[in-house]
Amino acid sequence: MDFFKKKTNFDFMGKRKPILAISALFVLASLIMLPTLGLNLGLDFTGGTEIEVRFETPPQASQVRESLAKAGMDNAVVQTFGSPNEILIRIPPQDEGEAADQTATRVIEAFKADFEGDVEMRSSGFVGPQVGEELTEQGILAMIYALIGIFIYVLFRFQWRFSVAAVLATVHDLFVTMGALALFQISFDLTVVAALLAMVGYSLNDTVVVFDRIRENFPRLGKLSSAEVINRSLNETLSRTVMTSVTTQLTLIALYIFGGEVISAFAWTLIVGIVIATFSSIFVASPILLLLGVSKYDLVQVEKEGASLDARP
Amino acid sequence: MNQYPPWKYVLIVLVVLIGTLYALPNMYGDDPAIQVTTTRGFTMSSGTSGVIDDALAGAGISIKSSEQTTDNRLLYRFHDAEAQLHAADVVQKALGETYVVALNLAHATPDWLRAIGGRPMTLGLDLQGGVHFLMQLDMDTARSQALDRYVDDLRAALRDAGLRYVSVRAEGGGLVAQLRTEADREQALTIIKGDQSLQGLEVKELPAGETFGLTAAINEQQLMALQQTALKQNITTLRNRVNELGVAEPIIQQQGADRVVVQLPGVQDMVEAKKIIGATATLEYRAVDETNDPFSAQQTGRVPADSRLYTYQGNPILLKKRLIVSGDQLIGASGGFDQQGGSPMVSVTLDGVGASRMLEFTRDSVGNRMAVVYIEQKPGGQKVEDVISVAVIREPFGKRFQTTGLDSIQEASQLALLLRAGALAAPMEIAFQRTIGPSLGRDNIERGFKSVVIGFVAVLIFMVVYYRSFGMIANLALAANVLLLLALLSMLGATLTMPGIAGIVLTVGMAVDANVLINERIREELRNGNTPQASIRAGYEKAFSAIADSNITTLIAAFVLFLFGSGPVKGFAVTLSLGLLTSMFTAIMGTRAVVNLVYGGRKRIAKLGV
Repeated sequence: MDFFKKKTNFDFMGKRKPILAISALFVLASLIMLPTLGLNLGLDFTGGTEIEVRFETPPQASQVRESLAKAGMDNAVVQTFGSPNEILIRIPPQDEGEAADQTATRVIEAFKADFEGDVEMRSSGFVGPQVGEELTEQGILAMIYALIGIFIYVLFRFQWRFSVAAVLATVHDLFVTMGALALFQISFDLTVVAALLAMVGYSLNDTVVVFDRIRENFPRLGKLSSAEVINRSLNETLSRTVMTSVTTQLTLIALYIFGGEVISAFAWTLIVGIVIATFSSIFVASPILLLLGVSKYDLVQVEKEGASLDARP
Repeated sequence: MNQYPPWKYVLIVLVVLIGTLYALPNMYGDDPAIQVTTTRGFTMSSGTSGVIDDALAGAGISIKSSEQTTDNRLLYRFHDAEAQLHAADVVQKALGETYVVALNLAHATPDWLRAIGGRPMTLGLDLQGGVHFLMQLDMDTARSQALDRYVDDLRAALRDAGLRYVSVRAEGGGLVAQLRTEADREQALTIIKGDQSLQGLEVKELPAGETFGLTAAINEQQLMALQQTALKQNITTLRNRVNELGVAEPIIQQQGADRVVVQLPGVQDMVEAKKIIGATATLEYRAVDETNDPFSAQQTGRVPADSRLYTYQGNPILLKKRLIVSGDQLIGASGGFDQQGGSPMVSVTLDGVGASRMLEFTRDSVGNRMAVVYIEQKPGGQKVEDVISVAVIREPFGKRFQTTGLDSIQEASQLALLLRAGALAAPMEIAFQRTIGPSLGRDNIERGFKSVVIGFVAVLIFMVVYYRSFGMIANLALAANVLLLLALLSMLGATLTMPGIAGIVLTVGMAVDANVLINERIREELRNGNTPQASIRAGYEKAFSAIADSNITTLIAAFVLFLFGSGPVKGFAVTLSLGLLTSMFTAIMGTRAVVNLVYGGRKRIAKLGV
């Protein structure tokens, strides 16, 4: 089977202006959504207590709230989790540091008294306020260091224009994915941070494959304009870009459907992130590279570069 | 021609074989087992295993196998969980209180595999259930405790030197001493410099007024040392406590400068575990101030400088500030009933230093009273100090004695347990806690396994449909890749968690990227009119730089994830990076070897199945 039997010849660079404008719009929308809608921060970042409870039969939401209120936990947030038999209770950080399992025991006892059938505590978690702050800080630092590391690597293997384009495209992916997380109010926990960094890796992977082809094509197709060389490179790598995206998505969808609640936010983030990353390696990274004025002279030796610059009219 | 030298084939076969061997232990599962250890301070006697064997034989329980894993740890395997539970009961009864019998799941890896170092991956808490704590050292309290100690020591040093001072007290994070004359101050300074117990202070003179003052602060170095020793002692203490709980394979590790991670897999009774782990209880033995009247002190609020006011059974009591013995000098404690009165009591054994201090004190104080103060640090920072017993010293004693006056035998044995497990050097707070019930753990394993298999099969099918023969070859490489990844994780003793499984799944998806790159390149070369042999060669060669560059950028991201991530994120980073590394080997060298074997020898290939 072959989806790309003929050589494709899409004019990606010809439409770069409207497409870049759309990308910019997406980033802008994300920048607006992030502070207004806000991320649905999970326990890892907010601190507090979280208890996962399983009932024998699906409980009534109102009855659950009543039962919690009786146990003195009016400020608890209740949501179903996975199956209708399971609920997740989130209690914001309290002044008096009551231990998580004490709270959990209280909750379970209240439920046991008020509900028919068996009530089972599936898991409970407690995160102190300081840990949440540290995790946020670590997450942001991790993103920044990953981007710096990759900038330097691409700088060595390619050239500064490639570094800038790759990093800008990745930042684009990060913002848009986080915008999507805010829009759909996906629970933002530590696994989602891992997913975002994996997405960063994937996005760069994709971009670098295209760049590798551009690097190869510049000396080969010296007569063509930069836009044409980039277009040719994108078309040549297009089938690979799509295929790898498909195989990765296959596994991620399996993870999303069968992996259970614990991993679903992770899988969701990567599924969306990889669509965006695939898009950006074609429609964001390469146009930026062109905007930055990449030319065949960028990839020759430095001494030669000076000489050829002088020779230019 | 496309041919590999023989050594390359040998290398590939060898790597895959070794991979299979070390991935194998994961296939065997676990045996229900019990683990027998001694409690603190006791060594396992050589007859222990005989006692256990007899007890099990007496109860009619058959053993699958038994072994001594370390000096004081015995492991008994059983055929089913029922026998295991029954055996735990029987053995605990037969051995008594000085032994801890814990339920355990022991890896059923065959001996020959274990002999070459084969072991299965450990399952993370999210896969087998259990409790995870992150405990944070409370440095503020540790510092003020250290300050109190300095105050005591300075007073003692000045008294010993016969120097009379106006006051010595802790004030605003430092220590302030007031002396009568300039000469006294000079002498005090020399005493501080010379005294071993007063090192680590930064001393300044205060401007002279009515008195001649000194201030001293604990210097940075000393504080760092304080933090380090406190953390080290706390880890030891936590280890002792966890051992008392009889958890099968606990993890107790330092994290950062002031934190300790405690993981208790498979713990059933979380509340009990938490009570023991989190408790920062210690005992202090103090002399009762017999010269002053506690009632008048309570009414007037004027407490003598070297005493403190407590209440005991509703009445005020004055206790000397200087303590005789504290919890860290205690090496043994056991609960029981007092032989004369029949009331609950704790029998205590002290170490050498504690014993000699106790002896010195009790020798001079026969007929006086001594109080036991029970100090517990509650979460949130309050300190609860209770006088739990006041007793008249009837005769001098040292190493062994009893503390009575407890409410119940349960309280006595719990206190004995806490005492045995030792005191925390500085209080700790729980900064993070995660409890996973066993049923959730089982579900997670099932789900994780299912998603790996389904994702894997989906990719296999896709590759065969899309790339035919070359897809088949890529699939072989993919299978070898998962095998090698499992082998590496097992060899490194990695812990498999749910995010780790996600890392494996994602690796499966991304690992085929190398083959996609190669296969697409071969197709391209064919389209450009090259011969099949040349296309294969060019495909592999030209794809290499793209594979290397793209994988290295992903590895950079994974490495950063590993450095900054904690817990679950780290597990993901490890599996992802190892998976990428193994995929470079299998996808490039592995597939090339197969392609060379299949196509390399042929002179003419009509059509490549790519």
